[in-house]
Amino acid sequence: MDERIARREWLNRLSLGLMGLAGVVVSVPLISYLLSPLLRPPPPAWVDVGPADDFKQGETVLKSIKEVSPLPWAGQTAETAVWVRRMDQQTFTIFEVNCAHLGCPVMWKQEAELFLCPCHGGVYYADGTVAGGPPPRPLFRYENRVQNGTLQVRSRGLGLSTQAV
Amino acid sequence: VLKGVYGWLDDRLGISSALVPLMQHPVPPGLNWGYVLGSATLVAFIVQVVTGVGLAFTYVPAPNSAYETLQWISHQAILGNVVRGIHYFGASAMVIFIVFHLIQVFLTGGFKYPREVNWLTGTLLLLLTLGMAWTGQLLRWDQNAYWSIVVGAEYAARVPLIGEQLSAILLAGHTVGGATLTRFYATHVFLFPALIFGVVGLHLYLVVRHGISEPPRPGERVSKANYFARYYEMLRTRGEPFWPDAAWKDVVAAVAIGAVVLLLAIVVGAPELAAPADPTNVQAYPLPDWYFVWLFAVLALLPRGLENAFMIGFPLLAIVVLLALPFVANGGERHWSRRPWAVFAVGFSLLAIALLIREGYQAPWSPEMNPGPLPASVTQGLTGSEAAGAQVFTAKACHSCHAIGGSGGHRGPDLSDVGLRLSRDQMTARILTGALNMPSFAGNIDPTELEQLVDFLATRRASPGFFTAPSGE
Repeated sequence: MDERIARREWLNRLSLGLMGLAGVVVSVPLISYLLSPLLRPPPPAWVDVGPADDFKQGETVLKSIKEVSPLPWAGQTAETAVWVRRMDQQTFTIFEVNCAHLGCPVMWKQEAELFLCPCHGGVYYADGTVAGGPPPRPLFRYENRVQNGTLQVRSRGLGLSTQAV
Repeated sequence: VLKGVYGWLDDRLGISSALVPLMQHPVPPGLNWGYVLGSATLVAFIVQVVTGVGLAFTYVPAPNSAYETLQWISHQAILGNVVRGIHYFGASAMVIFIVFHLIQVFLTGGFKYPREVNWLTGTLLLLLTLGMAWTGQLLRWDQNAYWSIVVGAEYAARVPLIGEQLSAILLAGHTVGGATLTRFYATHVFLFPALIFGVVGLHLYLVVRHGISEPPRPGERVSKANYFARYYEMLRTRGEPFWPDAAWKDVVAAVAIGAVVLLLAIVVGAPELAAPADPTNVQAYPLPDWYFVWLFAVLALLPRGLENAFMIGFPLLAIVVLLALPFVANGGERHWSRRPWAVFAVGFSLLAIALLIREGYQAPWSPEMNPGPLPASVTQGLTGSEAAGAQVFTAKACHSCHAIGGSGGHRGPDLSDVGLRLSRDQMTARILTGALNMPSFAGNIDPTELEQLVDFLATRRASPGFFTAPSGE
């Protein structure tokens, strides 16, 4: 009798153990697949914005740039936008269009020289510093350079307000 | 012959031996209409599953086609707009009924001993329902959806330590791209519904296991010692069969809900989509669906220093309170008339959410991006420097934040009567130095323009009226 109970106990443990093992074996590839965006960050790359001569000093204009390696079905999300301001002959400032508060798109008002955010009323000066509203930090900037007369930005992901970009 | 077929089915399926007794199990007498809210939520969920499957027959969850297929469903497919309308209003119904079900169970003390786990699974279902509501509105893949995802990623990034990782998991990458939409689609269509089915099964099993909590009476306290003995004695002497004595109310409610949702879908219809999702189109005014507008409003109204604490702390606190409730308030009175703080908590929460939703739709903190020209009533009779000042007022985007004569934004004070309130020197100083939420214009206005602007503002001596009409909403 005791032997039977011992055997039953052993079978119980064996069955539960096998089920657990199967669960773990299936979970490992599935979870790594779902977490792959974390495991494989996009390589930064220089992306063309346009001929440097197209930008007039003191103006801030909206430009579209291509994502580095979009998925074939990305559609419109294969592009993103930036605000480009020519400071002087040599230097440009390129801002992310996303408000540093919660990421809504900021609009540039040329004559007022202000960026306005429609969501929660964030306002920025022409240099991206906060002029009013809830943003905790200035507009994010992109690294940029002029290569053979073409203005380029160093692409990266969405600026997150908790990052020090 | 029919009788023979039925006899065979009855024998093999156990209809009269197992299913009929289950349907006719005794329930406490005197269950009022408040007790239909749980089944009403389930009905709304079933409506969502059925119409959702219908929509999935056509919807293509890829960024380059999602918007077009949804427009096709709305405008070309036979009765497609009705199906989408039912799914749209059914979502609202599910959110409303689950919230009122929670309130009803809270106020009748149904969460107390021995039904703690009923409450915990219900809390899980509430979170899943809100998750369904949020992921659903993103699948429209219009400007609202796109920018809501960005806001969601920024929100997730505020979580300490793992914020960046959460944000990347949400976006399936570091920007909104080809992989983002399928992630929300799979979550909305497979993951969350599967979890809801599972948890609903557990929730219903517990309802049958512990029985429906009997309607509370003032002064009657939960007594754990002989709870089940007394509960079953009550059922034996005064209980009524669930079907049809109690269930008829559920059926009537279900039909009424179906009728109202269908009517709304036909008469009002699902709202038109905004412009297609486009990261390069910054002309957007993103606003979530009504069930999240209160949160949108809070995020604009919070003082700067409290923002992170609230964004993380409030959802966490709400979840902890909901999960702790059945253990903290496990016994005692169940009737609402003996629990004034419970009544206060419900009243306060409902009022706060209603006011915040109203505030969110008015969004006085949002600048008016294109306020248009000043109304003729303001500009008529202006000459020379004053007229030039009115031009400066619109050109420098003052109009985006300040209303005059009922036109313009409401971010800053209404300036219709500023000439009565401020001297020229005060106006000049304010324009040059700005204020907490007003930009300084010192570097961006020349002395002539400033002079003209102040000339114009000094003429503003009309009473703005107690209620100024909000414009452009």
